[in-house]
Amino acid sequence: MCLALPARIVELQTADQAVVELGGVRKSISVALTPEARVGDYVIVHVGHAIGLLDAEEAEKTLALFAEMAAAERAA
Amino acid sequence: MKYVDEFRSGEVAQALSRRIAAEADPQRRYHFMEFCGGHTHAISRYGIAELLPANLRMIHGPGCPVCVLPIGRIDQAIALALERGVVLCTYGDVMRVPASESLSLMRAKARGADIRMVYSAADALKLARENPEREVVFLAIGFETTTPPTALVIRQAQAEATPNFSVLCNHVLTPSAITHILESPEVRQYGTVPIDGFVGPAHVSIVIGAQPYEHFAQEYRKPVVIAGFEPLDVMQAIWMLVRQVNEGRAEVENEFSRAVTREGNLAAQAVVSQVFELRSSFEWRGLGEVPYSALKIRPAFERFDAEKRFGLVYRSVPDHKQCECGAILRGVKRPTDCKLFGTVCTPETPMGSCMVSSEGACAAHYTYGRFRDIPVVAA
Repeated sequence: MCLALPARIVELQTADQAVVELGGVRKSISVALTPEARVGDYVIVHVGHAIGLLDAEEAEKTLALFAEMAAAERAA
Repeated sequence: MKYVDEFRSGEVAQALSRRIAAEADPQRRYHFMEFCGGHTHAISRYGIAELLPANLRMIHGPGCPVCVLPIGRIDQAIALALERGVVLCTYGDVMRVPASESLSLMRAKARGADIRMVYSAADALKLARENPEREVVFLAIGFETTTPPTALVIRQAQAEATPNFSVLCNHVLTPSAITHILESPEVRQYGTVPIDGFVGPAHVSIVIGAQPYEHFAQEYRKPVVIAGFEPLDVMQAIWMLVRQVNEGRAEVENEFSRAVTREGNLAAQAVVSQVFELRSSFEWRGLGEVPYSALKIRPAFERFDAEKRFGLVYRSVPDHKQCECGAILRGVKRPTDCKLFGTVCTPETPMGSCMVSSEGACAAHYTYGRFRDIPVVAA
């Protein structure tokens, strides 16, 4: 029910509508709940609405931590 | 898919598995509740249970909105469609939830009711615009993730003065459900459901933020780690919980920092509080009446409230006698403890709500885990 996926905004149509792309699929969604979203941003899409922005920097930090862990395992 | 595939790496999962095993104290047992159905689904689907040490058990929580919706609420929607002739729109997950008299929305549709599956609440409003001669009702369910879109559509209907659109509101609140579990006799008195910490909601937390959980950590001394719904998110959160327990800490930590902040989405919170107010009580399947655990439409928007428009009265209906969904939703029993599991109750013909949604504990175990219960024997 709370299924939501990160998708990239490719076009802002109106103040509240935007086109997002996810794995090659484009869809028009509402960005009324994320007024700060800009083209190029990743938003979390749930039932046709962006409910939040994805912080690319924080995502990279988490992934860097994972990469470090996997590297340490390989070395061990 | 970017920001999805990277969080599903098997190699990192193995590394996390070894770290959890190395740090889990063999002298003690760990019991963590994942509140959300999304986490329950991930744990079953990706085989996370197999990657955890034997002394660490995950308890499935009640965070599946389809599962906690009681029969009486589905009955209301079916009656609107069958007896009042409305066009009833709802999310696909709700269609097969069992209701009274062996009905469900799907079966009511087969009997001629005009029931439509929609992707978004906005689609329901669009249907109302296109069919001005029909009453269109949107059956709204879900936790805080799904509530802001419903609030937006009600505000939109108000702005457009749509005369034939209303919402049957069943939105429920996560923090009240967690409090209810922590206050339950099984947790407080008898200790039959030991809980050492919570894997906190992913997408709910994007909206409400990390702050609402601070109360549980302080008041009940239970660590909470907010986690995303991808398998590596869940594993890392479990690792963080093991560390908190080992170090005697009870804090709110945020594993899902790429999407969750302490304050949450303020724009979403504002529209929700403009349109909705608290119900003094709401019945949950499995948990019974839970005080201040759900939302209703504010008087300023009452012309869009289906309960008022159609004069609906709520009538509580007990579950099937042998269905254990209630105990499963409270973490007291496991799916395999239920006599109906996998015999008469399957995802094709669900008897109880936990078998309906793919996030339900029974459906997740039936789909991905039931063969684990059968010992492997050499031929």
